[in-house]
Amino acid sequence: MASIDQSKIRNFCIIAHIDHGKSTLADRIIEMTGLLTSREMKAQVLDNMELEQERGITIKSQAVRIIYTAKNGEEYIFNLIDTPGHVDFNYEVSRSLAACDGAILVVDAAQGVEAQTLANVYLALDHDLDVIPVINKIDLPSARPEEVIEEIEDVIGIEAQDAPQISAKTGLNVDQVLEQIVEKLPAPKGDPSAPLQALIFDSVYDSYKGVIVFCRIKEGTVRKGTKIRMMATGAVEEVVEVGYFGAGQFFPCDELPAGMVGYITASLKNVKDTRVGDTITDDDRPCAAPLPGYKKVNPMVYCGMYPADGAKYQDLRDALEKLQLNDAALQFEPETSIALGFGFRCGFLGLLHLEIIQERLEREYNLDLVTTAPSVIYKVHKTNGEVIDLTNPTNLPDPAEIEYMEEPMVKAEIMVTSEYIGAIMDLCQERRGIYEGMEYMEATRAVLKYRLPLNEIIYDFFDALKSRSRGYASFDYEICGYEHSELVKLDILINKEEVDALSFIVFAGSAYERGRKMCEKLKEEIPRQLFEIPIQAAIGSKIIARETVKAMRKDVLAKCYGGDITRKKKLLEKQKEGKKRMRQVGNVEIPQKAFMSVLKLDDK
Amino acid sequence: MKTERELELYIHIPFCIRKCAYCDFLSAPSTETVRKAYVDALCREIRLSGEEQKDALVTSVFIGGGTPSVLTARQTEQILEALGDAFRIRSDAEISMEVNPGTTDRDRLSSYKKNGINRLSIGLQSANDNELQVLGRIHDYAAFQRTFQEARQAGFTNLNVDLMAAIPGQTLRSYEESLKKVLSLQPEHISAYSLILEEGTPFYEWYQEGKGQTDHPALPEEEEERRMYERTHELLTAEGYHRYEISNYAKPDRECRHNIGYWKRKEYLGLGIGAASLIRETRFTNIRNLTEYIACIRGGGQLEQIRENYERLGKQDQIEETMILGLRMEQGVSLAEFEQRYGVSMMELYRKVIEKYTGYGLLNCQDGYLHLTERGISVSNVILADFLFD
Repeated sequence: MASIDQSKIRNFCIIAHIDHGKSTLADRIIEMTGLLTSREMKAQVLDNMELEQERGITIKSQAVRIIYTAKNGEEYIFNLIDTPGHVDFNYEVSRSLAACDGAILVVDAAQGVEAQTLANVYLALDHDLDVIPVINKIDLPSARPEEVIEEIEDVIGIEAQDAPQISAKTGLNVDQVLEQIVEKLPAPKGDPSAPLQALIFDSVYDSYKGVIVFCRIKEGTVRKGTKIRMMATGAVEEVVEVGYFGAGQFFPCDELPAGMVGYITASLKNVKDTRVGDTITDDDRPCAAPLPGYKKVNPMVYCGMYPADGAKYQDLRDALEKLQLNDAALQFEPETSIALGFGFRCGFLGLLHLEIIQERLEREYNLDLVTTAPSVIYKVHKTNGEVIDLTNPTNLPDPAEIEYMEEPMVKAEIMVTSEYIGAIMDLCQERRGIYEGMEYMEATRAVLKYRLPLNEIIYDFFDALKSRSRGYASFDYEICGYEHSELVKLDILINKEEVDALSFIVFAGSAYERGRKMCEKLKEEIPRQLFEIPIQAAIGSKIIARETVKAMRKDVLAKCYGGDITRKKKLLEKQKEGKKRMRQVGNVEIPQKAFMSVLKLDDK
Repeated sequence: MKTERELELYIHIPFCIRKCAYCDFLSAPSTETVRKAYVDALCREIRLSGEEQKDALVTSVFIGGGTPSVLTARQTEQILEALGDAFRIRSDAEISMEVNPGTTDRDRLSSYKKNGINRLSIGLQSANDNELQVLGRIHDYAAFQRTFQEARQAGFTNLNVDLMAAIPGQTLRSYEESLKKVLSLQPEHISAYSLILEEGTPFYEWYQEGKGQTDHPALPEEEEERRMYERTHELLTAEGYHRYEISNYAKPDRECRHNIGYWKRKEYLGLGIGAASLIRETRFTNIRNLTEYIACIRGGGQLEQIRENYERLGKQDQIEETMILGLRMEQGVSLAEFEQRYGVSMMELYRKVIEKYTGYGLLNCQDGYLHLTERGISVSNVILADFLFD
């Protein structure tokens, strides 16, 4: 095989605000480069997880190698690395960017620059990527490309006059994008004969091949038989296969030289040996130093996940392990709850990440889950000087041992049209936001800047934001340290018994309100039973709210004669089925979904 | 002495003058021609069934509907004759028929008596004319009084009156008045049901689906309905009736033997459209389509052709049914009979369930019987559901 001409390689990604058309453009590029015929194209080839297709968003980074014959007659290798668009997945974006040399910035011709457009561009610039802007959805009646070009230049500060004006949907002008990739994005650098230095940016588990490592070769060359070493974990293995990515397929090849993106398998059985962000080198001829690993991102939101059927505990563990393999941000450790039995305390980047993991567990692994209220990590300063990172409210020490507590804060930027500024400011106010300023981007659009406690935005902030702005507000945030805060643990007692899975930490000033809403919500969720059930919210031993589920008064069939028996028996069977889907806490049967009802308490 | 195989018969007459707004029985207004054709077909089914059940001794017959009294005296006689010819009927058999006020007269009633009917069940529902109108009944209270007196005069000494609680617009007071008026007549048996909203009826649409609608009187609150139930028990007990099933009260030795058969899982054969049967631990029903039924029977069809929905009951099904039906009765389920029949102790098989609900005071075990307590009756579905196997 002829050696690969480095100057003919382009490694790039596409970045965009959610829904601006990133995946559609990726599909179109793959289609137009001729790797696949139109007939073979499923819509959104890169989003091959069922869930991604349904939600229309990209969750996992994916990569594909395609061949493009440019107008100058030369063949180029494009390694297109798809990235997620949501703020929760900045971490994954960051991983993908580290494998690229350039980025295509997609901006919706009608919506213009949005909060995540900015966030993603800054991330790309942080990684020293060259960025070429593309104006998408030019076919929409509401498209206003000239204004959007100005916005890109004013707000982001990158030149956009000759940005291709395209419709990724119809394919219009996508050829211009391909040409600009060749002309404007740099070829990779790196010496194929230098000591091996490769960056792991993803990995998947395959039952035949074992762990498949996705990597970008920065220096040197890796081929079958190379004895590789993971520089952080120290694991050494011999390479079994190297190759590149087709759309959803793996194509083995002889070697991956500097500048290429591809995969390595090395009979790695232990998932923990391959850590995303680690550097791979040649054990016999190691490079001097590892690549700067990208920002290690820690989970920000924790919740308990329990199998609805206790016997599925081991299945849940296996599934979490598999998911963790290519989702390094997911963390979990075993925990037990009196109400829910054996399960795991899981850490996530944000609420969307949590929801996606939950859905993947339910769909891909057929698990029925009960999830407890999400919590952030609180810092508990004890009187003895010890500081605890609290991820599970149940573990809060006795109040007498607590000197003070701190909670994580975020800097939030909310982009909103001027008519909704008032409504959004109200929302931020309710969520204990501290106003830090506002900038008008143009006459009708502004960026609101707030400092907000993270625990105020992990429940339903995003939904509330959307509903109060009729979908017009967009939102981005970054963590900005911890602040002293008056926090209390709110416990829920059902039939006088504390239900550990329903406890949560809350700002003292909101405790009464939250306690009251929780009790009301649970009253709706818990069906009447044979006896009266008090539902109480308590701080320590003090009851702050109470509701009562009245005892069932009547559930009786007045008539049952010869012709009714079969039908009436079916009714009773249905009743019994319904009961099976409940959790027994003490004498009380609680529907599984009651444990999650605490998530949605915004009533505006 | 070898005990004979006993059998109950149910005869369905699917005709009425006008459909009531709460009724989900298989019944509708009809023409004389259709009624005649149906009675002919029914008589042929009776003959075929008698042949099929040759070995059985019939212990009770129940002619229900619909409104069986819309048939002429002659048609009723025809049916009873066919029954007498086709089946061996025990001399002391209970032979009941449902009648509705406004559809009977002296001649019809004497004819019933003469032809062997010894128990009448009169559909009153309420002694309040407004409530009768809300239900869509065709009669008023005065018409009921006439029917009742005429039945007595015709020589009936075993009469049931159907009453209904929780009628839209009904109050505890108006319900008590109905009870007292009926009690003054001293029927031998009273069935007092709470209204059930059955799917497919106008009531279901008005009250279950179209909640918040105002042009129909409101249903009594649950609490009021329970008071009605309690008052029924109090008033009837004071008058010498005893409750022997959730909704049934009788003077001593006047319980409806036919219905007790259903709860004790005796064998029964249903004749006529839609009628249900339990024969040799198999449940099945007759087809529901009137035209098809008549055509099939008339065309010389066999019984298999008018039967459907066969369900063979295994031992587990039988045990479940024994419990969910048996516990409807005040007496409950006999531990000894249970063990003798199924070769397993009820207390062992259902230990957890029985302990749980006796602990709550909803079940009670006494004198070799397991039965629901007064409080247990009100929430019996929850308890009965737990007697089903996983």
